Amino acid sequence: MGGIVIIGAGMAGARACINLRASGYEGEITLIGEEVHLPYDRPPLSKSTITDEQEAGPIWLLDHSIVDSLKLKTLLGMHVDSLDTAGKAVVLGDGRRVAYDKLLLATGAKPRKLPGASGDHALTLRDHRDAIELRRRFQPGKSIVVIGGGFIGLEVASSALKRGCSVALVEMQPRILMRGVPEAIAKIVHDRHVQAGVNMCVGVGIAEITAHAVKLADGREIVADTIIAGIGAAPEIRLAQQAGLAIENGIACNAELQTSEPDIYAAGDCCSFPHELFAGRRMRLEAWRNAQEQAATVAENLLGGHKAHTNIPWFWSDQYDLSLQIAGVADLGPHVVQRVPAPGALLLFHLADDGRLMGVSGIGPGNSVARDVKLAEMMIAKQMKPAAAALADVSVPLKSLMKG
Amino acid sequence: MAQWVDACAADAVGNEDVIRFDHAGRTFAVYRSPEDKYYATDGLCTHEKVHLCDGLVMDNIIECPKHNGRFDYKTGQARGAPCIINLKTYPTKVEGGRVFIDIA
Repeated sequence: MGGIVIIGAGMAGARACINLRASGYEGEITLIGEEVHLPYDRPPLSKSTITDEQEAGPIWLLDHSIVDSLKLKTLLGMHVDSLDTAGKAVVLGDGRRVAYDKLLLATGAKPRKLPGASGDHALTLRDHRDAIELRRRFQPGKSIVVIGGGFIGLEVASSALKRGCSVALVEMQPRILMRGVPEAIAKIVHDRHVQAGVNMCVGVGIAEITAHAVKLADGREIVADTIIAGIGAAPEIRLAQQAGLAIENGIACNAELQTSEPDIYAAGDCCSFPHELFAGRRMRLEAWRNAQEQAATVAENLLGGHKAHTNIPWFWSDQYDLSLQIAGVADLGPHVVQRVPAPGALLLFHLADDGRLMGVSGIGPGNSVARDVKLAEMMIAKQMKPAAAALADVSVPLKSLMKG
Repeated sequence: MAQWVDACAADAVGNEDVIRFDHAGRTFAVYRSPEDKYYATDGLCTHEKVHLCDGLVMDNIIECPKHNGRFDYKTGQARGAPCIINLKTYPTKVEGGRVFIDIA
């Protein structure tokens, strides 16, 4: 009996361990991680790990005492060579084999590398070591160029600025946050970065990257002591692909997060699955909360359950004093209703043709939009069709629509 | 020894809602349940010290506005990831239309 083996010691892997034990599973759990660390929290890496006055270590998701109390066997700093699906074993880099009854792939994603940049001059951010390297380089007066106007790039830009650097951000697309964030909200984020002093170069390609500069297609040349690429991440599918598992923008799973190999499941950034609440649309979510929630679903199913994963996708980002939260799938709701819950805050509701609420996007100072986004998320989960006029009217509390 | 402090007017907290109360360098959250009973807890989430007063109250649950950690505000028990540490609770009483909490 090999018990349950989990490859990937990030949020999804860590939470799966916790959930398996909470469900009463008493068999063996082996957690294999490529990094030397126990599982730690990644959201601080683009923010407080870089900006905090004192350099701090990782924030643990599982520390040694939890590992002991959960009776986990950990193999850290361990490369996995391949999967032997016929023999139901994981083959480690050192040649050893770890047998499994059920296997969970929680291998995450890896940052896309910038074409045309090489050496230690163009960095990416994924792990704690990357964040400490950025922290070391972000000294007052240094020139930092961030390539990519997604969440990671924008958060790194604001962190570099906080460390006293001069910061430019380059985005080839016509605007920042093209993927999944409505234009009106992206504009608020863009303006906030301009106000903070980031040189925002949007809608322009890169002609050349040299040792100390980024040359833009429009002829501008930006001096760069350090270049960071935040141009998206690719799912880590190597093991699954080599083993012949179905791949479709990630490790292709069914709604129960089971791969094409019945004893192998996937969760987190590497997993693509059809979402039953959104017309079966196949999605892959690179998100912190998704990793937690899929770990809960998959733990139940590893133990013989048949639960479809139907949690509502949810993302957040912190930009200076602003918090942005998005729930649902905005592009399935072409009819947009606007609500201004507080000064400087904005909520957009995305309604389908039949009036069903499909998504919500909010931004505002501090946590000013959190409650309303949460309530909208609950409406999305209940497939409600709230009246557009009520959504737009701030004198109507959203909570009252829930009870209607 | 109990140490009762006047936190707020009873009607300052909506039904099934929460407000923030700061006192002597500490911050608390004061809740009114759907049954119009009052409860108090530490004001900051045990996960990343976010003010819970911006969160949503649903029945006996407060959900952190930042990362959706959940607590039962009546008992302080952590009820949802990423929170694993319970929230400290404080006794309350209502007198003369004011909510008092025992912060001892």
